[in-house]
Amino acid sequence: MRSAHRRPDIVVAAISQGGLVMPQQSAATLASQQKTTSLRPAGTLYRGREGMWSWVLHRITGVAIFFFLLVHILDTALVRVSPEAYNGVISSYQTPIMGLGETALVAAIVFHAFNGIRIILIDFWNAKYQKVMFYVVIGLWVVTMLGFVPRHLYNVFNK
Amino acid sequence: MTSTIDAPRSPYSRSPQKRGVNWEKWGWIYMRVSGVVLVVLIFGHLFVNLMIGKGVDALNFAFVAGKLANPFWQTWDVLMLWLALIHGGNGMRTLVNDYATTQLTRGILKSSILAAVVILIVLGTLVIYTFDACPAGSPANLLPSFCSAN
Repeated sequence: MRSAHRRPDIVVAAISQGGLVMPQQSAATLASQQKTTSLRPAGTLYRGREGMWSWVLHRITGVAIFFFLLVHILDTALVRVSPEAYNGVISSYQTPIMGLGETALVAAIVFHAFNGIRIILIDFWNAKYQKVMFYVVIGLWVVTMLGFVPRHLYNVFNK
Repeated sequence: MTSTIDAPRSPYSRSPQKRGVNWEKWGWIYMRVSGVVLVVLIFGHLFVNLMIGKGVDALNFAFVAGKLANPFWQTWDVLMLWLALIHGGNGMRTLVNDYATTQLTRGILKSSILAAVVILIVLGTLVIYTFDACPAGSPANLLPSFCSAN
């Protein structure tokens, strides 16, 4: 009774990922896992737990990267003005606070990249593994950041 | 806002001829295709600019000019510019569709996104293709080393 009550939410949640509902086969796979006593509505990845939090993080990191991109294109366009204009702006970025900002930016980009590949695999391969793939994304993110952060912070703090 | 959303996988109410191009479908496909290419382009961009040598500390006009004088990096940057801005703009459009509730705010927000994307694509493309790595009258110590060779 209760899950029938929730059906409209399911439809909305599936659509807001980007205009399309998930492929027939993966929806069917999920539904077949939840035939019994689960209160969780069948046919959606985006309600609760790993599926929802990866979606929330994907949106937040996406917006942050978009606004960075706007500024980044404008500051890089200064190479067309003069060497002095470009170097002036770039040297104001080469400070410890901006260095930490770059670390956060790379963290956002790496998550968005790996989780984007996870979304593609859910759509075209198999939604059954979406939770496992979320933890794979987190693992790859940690490994990539371990490779990047020490080297970057060394460059930022050792002039 | 009250609007009814069809149940998933319900058949189209209009005939294929009247439906026209399914732009939302192509947008959905674009996000996935450009996403995969952008992972390669942006990871390469970050590696070359932040990891090699002295990383972010080495960035200046001479470094960027040295890269943009090379057709390989020109192509790389132009691809990244177009793919990333359209990917980001379409993503922002999705958020506006989800969260902005009145027609007026939706219109203002989506036109602003479109304007930002178009202006920055034009600006960025012009900069990459009209760029002079050795502008006359600039001090030689700010320019890439190949400028003084000629």
